[in-house]
Amino acid sequence: MYTQSFNVPDGPENQAESAKGSVLKAVPQPLTAAQVALQAQFDQRIDADGKVEPRDWMPEAYRKTLVRQISQHAHSEIVGMLPEGNWISRAPSLKRKAILIAKVQDEGGHGLYLYSAAETLGTSRDQMLEGLHTGKAKYSSIFNYPTLNWADVGVIGWLVDGAAIMNQIPLCRCSYGPYARAMIRVCKEESFHQRQGYEALLVMMQGTAEQKAMVQDAVNRWWWKCLAMFGPPDADSPNSAQGMRWGIKRISNDDLRQKFVDATVPQAKVLGVTLPDPDLKWNEARQQHDYGQIDWDEFWSTVNGNGPCNKERLGARVKAWNDGQWVREAAMAHAQKQAQRSIQEAA
Amino acid sequence: MSSNTSTSTNATATPSAALKEWPLWEVFVRSKQGLEHKHCGSLHASDAQHALQMARDVYTRRQEGVSIWVVQSASIAASQPDDKAEFFEPSGDKVYRHPTFYEIPDAVGHM
Repeated sequence: MYTQSFNVPDGPENQAESAKGSVLKAVPQPLTAAQVALQAQFDQRIDADGKVEPRDWMPEAYRKTLVRQISQHAHSEIVGMLPEGNWISRAPSLKRKAILIAKVQDEGGHGLYLYSAAETLGTSRDQMLEGLHTGKAKYSSIFNYPTLNWADVGVIGWLVDGAAIMNQIPLCRCSYGPYARAMIRVCKEESFHQRQGYEALLVMMQGTAEQKAMVQDAVNRWWWKCLAMFGPPDADSPNSAQGMRWGIKRISNDDLRQKFVDATVPQAKVLGVTLPDPDLKWNEARQQHDYGQIDWDEFWSTVNGNGPCNKERLGARVKAWNDGQWVREAAMAHAQKQAQRSIQEAA
Repeated sequence: MSSNTSTSTNATATPSAALKEWPLWEVFVRSKQGLEHKHCGSLHASDAQHALQMARDVYTRRQEGVSIWVVQSASIAASQPDDKAEFFEPSGDKVYRHPTFYEIPDAVGHM
């Protein structure tokens, strides 16, 4: 699920990165003739809508952008397991519990596909995890909000996954082959996530007045956060143009957001809930819905670490990593012992 | 996902990080009996048995396969993209290797 649909700059770069990042320096070093030729070849491939593969030459800025975007996406999948994992032990039935476990396991799997796609760009898994655990790397801000009741789990599936799908489908055509292939795999599995959430809500909406109110309350709390998932308005997204030029980003933030709103309005109607926006209405001239102002100050405050659950999420993630250290070490020790044993047996 | 073979000797990783990580494996899945194993991605695992179990959980959660191969990424030898021209070009001018090179009278029918 869950891409951060735009590129948030991570924290300060480490020394190794700033030392080698010649292309991004304020005063770039002059390019050699060979580099100019390689750049021309690369541009030509992008213009022809061709694919770039790991061992092909690519501009350093393209590589860095992809590493940042794919690793943020991977981190989002991993952190995204936490708000829902919170409800596995409290799911209302065995059926819902099995579904939720499968979904959370998928998120873990999506994180793994994406980490290995990012590793093809020459960054190690440990480097990426360190970025996440030290708080330097970003992940989707949507997970810094709490899941207060069971209806939240349904709404996450319907709206959060719905927004993520809207954003991830164009990424299947990304110019970087490994990312595009990972996204195809992710998108195939994603549809189940959205449908199970919507269906769980349909069931609740057939319940008591209190249960219906829970669904409406969850929709009220998540709607605006989901609209913000698509990132700042196009006018405030200076990096978007470069991402489009490189064939990494295919559809602009505002266009994706509009598609999401237009797709969601009829779903809300069938479900029987109100989307909490008095300005939301059909615009006959545009043949699209108009919608109200997103609170970007609140959004950026959460991105920058001050959301309701930022500390809790990162704390849970770091604890899980630290608690698992002995397991990772034991697995390596076991593998080495087995390897030794087979050498001895062969001798 | 593509083969991670390019980065198995990771230029940017610090040596200590490289030692701590489980090695990288490439995963190939046979989707059904009668078809070939196809590369589907990579993962980290401590040994071959572990890699097979991880591959099952990561790449075949929905019965996508009936058989899995795993091989350490470091063991894969790959052609260089820079050498693409010299490496693959020799077959480019041998059009006589294709059936369409040969003109056969229509009277012969399908051949």
